[in-house]
Amino acid sequence: MKHFAGIDVGSLTAKAVVIDENNRILGSHIMPVGQDSLAAGMNAYAQALVKAGLKKEDVAAVVSTGYSRKRFTEATMQKTEISCHARGVSVVFPKVATLIDVGGQDSKAMKIGKDGKVLDFAMNDKCAAGTGRFVDVMAHALNLTLGGLSDAALSFKEELTLSSTCTVFGESEVISLLSQGQSVPDISWAIIKSIADRLVSLVKRVGIEQDIAMSGGMAKNRALVSRLEDRIGFDIHVPGEPQIMGAFGAAVIAKGE
Amino acid sequence: MTKFRVSETMKEMMASYYLEAKNAAYNHVPVAWITSGGPVEFLHAMGVIPVYPENYAPMCSITRVSKDLIEVSEAAGYSSDLCSYARTDIGADMTQGGPILGLPKPDMLIVGTNICHTVVKWFEVHARKYNVPLFIIDMPYLHDGMTKEAINYVVGQFEAFKTFLATTLKRPFEEEKFREALFLAAQVSELWEKVLAMGKKRPSPLNSFDTFIHLAPIVTLRGTQRAVDYYTQFYNELEELTAQGFGSVPDEKIRLLWDNLPIWYKIKYLSEFFAQHKAAFVVSTYTNSWAAIQGNIDTDHALEELARAYLSPYINRDFKYRIDYLVRLIEEFSLDGIVFHSDRSCKPYSLGQYMIKEEVTKRTGKPGLIIEADMNDPRVFSDAQFETRAEAFLEGLEK
Repeated sequence: MKHFAGIDVGSLTAKAVVIDENNRILGSHIMPVGQDSLAAGMNAYAQALVKAGLKKEDVAAVVSTGYSRKRFTEATMQKTEISCHARGVSVVFPKVATLIDVGGQDSKAMKIGKDGKVLDFAMNDKCAAGTGRFVDVMAHALNLTLGGLSDAALSFKEELTLSSTCTVFGESEVISLLSQGQSVPDISWAIIKSIADRLVSLVKRVGIEQDIAMSGGMAKNRALVSRLEDRIGFDIHVPGEPQIMGAFGAAVIAKGE
Repeated sequence: MTKFRVSETMKEMMASYYLEAKNAAYNHVPVAWITSGGPVEFLHAMGVIPVYPENYAPMCSITRVSKDLIEVSEAAGYSSDLCSYARTDIGADMTQGGPILGLPKPDMLIVGTNICHTVVKWFEVHARKYNVPLFIIDMPYLHDGMTKEAINYVVGQFEAFKTFLATTLKRPFEEEKFREALFLAAQVSELWEKVLAMGKKRPSPLNSFDTFIHLAPIVTLRGTQRAVDYYTQFYNELEELTAQGFGSVPDEKIRLLWDNLPIWYKIKYLSEFFAQHKAAFVVSTYTNSWAAIQGNIDTDHALEELARAYLSPYINRDFKYRIDYLVRLIEEFSLDGIVFHSDRSCKPYSLGQYMIKEEVTKRTGKPGLIIEADMNDPRVFSDAQFETRAEAFLEGLEK
């Protein structure tokens, strides 16, 4: 049996996945990038290999992806995370036609054709609005973890609006809402609505077609997924571990080469 | 970028043009600063040297001083939302900076509004500083195609322009020399069109990064014999190269269109990036605009034809025209896709690109990519963000 690997080093986290010929995930690992993206990627890869009970020599091909993809000179090939997420998610959900991927630095909406081929995509502009970083900064301002923010948002009572989509101004707005005595759940829900609105306009640019899936770290945020479903009007399929879909897709691409 | 034999000729020609312009006052030759879409033929008729801030600004960008010059004008209070050509030019003028240490002092300023309206305010700044006359030729945006009214409106201003030149220079307008300049300008535009049409060849002997550079003579010297000679030579060289099967991008696999102005400070990087991916820009709406300035110079209706020509550039046309035009280019140049540079500085060019992209894809099935950048302000460009978007786009085009 041959084995393949994908390494996805993004702006915030490094992900690695090892698969077999049947696309079965044998081992995976997620860790923060820190200052050295190459070391983080290699580390994540080493951990994924340990979990898979394999050694580097057992892996036939490796594809690197994400913002630091070009630093992995050992990789068989480098591919953008856009192609990798599309490929990975289409293995899990073969009928996917629209994919929303929200990572730390970028958010993307993709139109997907046969075999996970990207037909069109739209990305956030030069701005952190609508990205994982936006929610990260807001969670910090509220002294919550990302999961904590999602839970808090789901128990909101009053509809508040965050008028700013800018991360910097948004943070000041959250702080001023706190100082007005607004509750953390209500503010959390306002944050989720703000990012969801940005994503809806992004996904409308490529056109909404069923089935719709979501990947990237932000797909773990139940409040965000539920808000997006309300706004789009369709169910959104989320893979078991959405954050590793880029690395998984990279491994699947490695298998094809 | 491709090294052509004529590249050296162009360097020499541009150097001597700027030398003549710099020495104009010493030689008692008047100088006019003019916008890129301004009717230069009138100036050639009267022996006025035309100088283009819109040519000097990219020169500053390619030589990597635009950022410093932009900072100078921003420190003087010009908003960072203002066109980066204007900011570069004003900064260069304030410091007498850039590769030729500032443009020669103008005796008059000529503005055509067929490219944008920022040029009016921008040249007014210079008019106040140098206390010289400013002549504005209002060339209306064509919302619903070419109209007789628009042509007549511009012809009236052309007549007034002749009077302005005669009054300012205190000598009669030279009709004979004007006809000669019209004839030469029409010839140059025609030659330029033939040069650009070489992009239809597969592989293409030239690409848009080449034509962005080889655009300089048609912008600055349109209406002169030297420009005619230059593009004749260029065209002949391209014919020769095509006969040898030469492709400007080795192993050309993907054929693209570039929309909007170049990203001047990244031109070498972009040229290498796309060449590495075996992608060639075989046509661009930007360089095509100077082929559009081409009238049948029938002497009875010369001004009407000239007005029609100057109203024609892509940037002065409505969205429906732009969509139809892009669809046509996709077919004529056998394109695989379009890269739209959404240029922060050039709003009239960038407005509507998202909708145009969608429409063109719907009609042709060819995808488009939008890149957020700026033609002259390097602070706006991010390599990593660009590469992710462009590579994903090219991965989608791989056959």
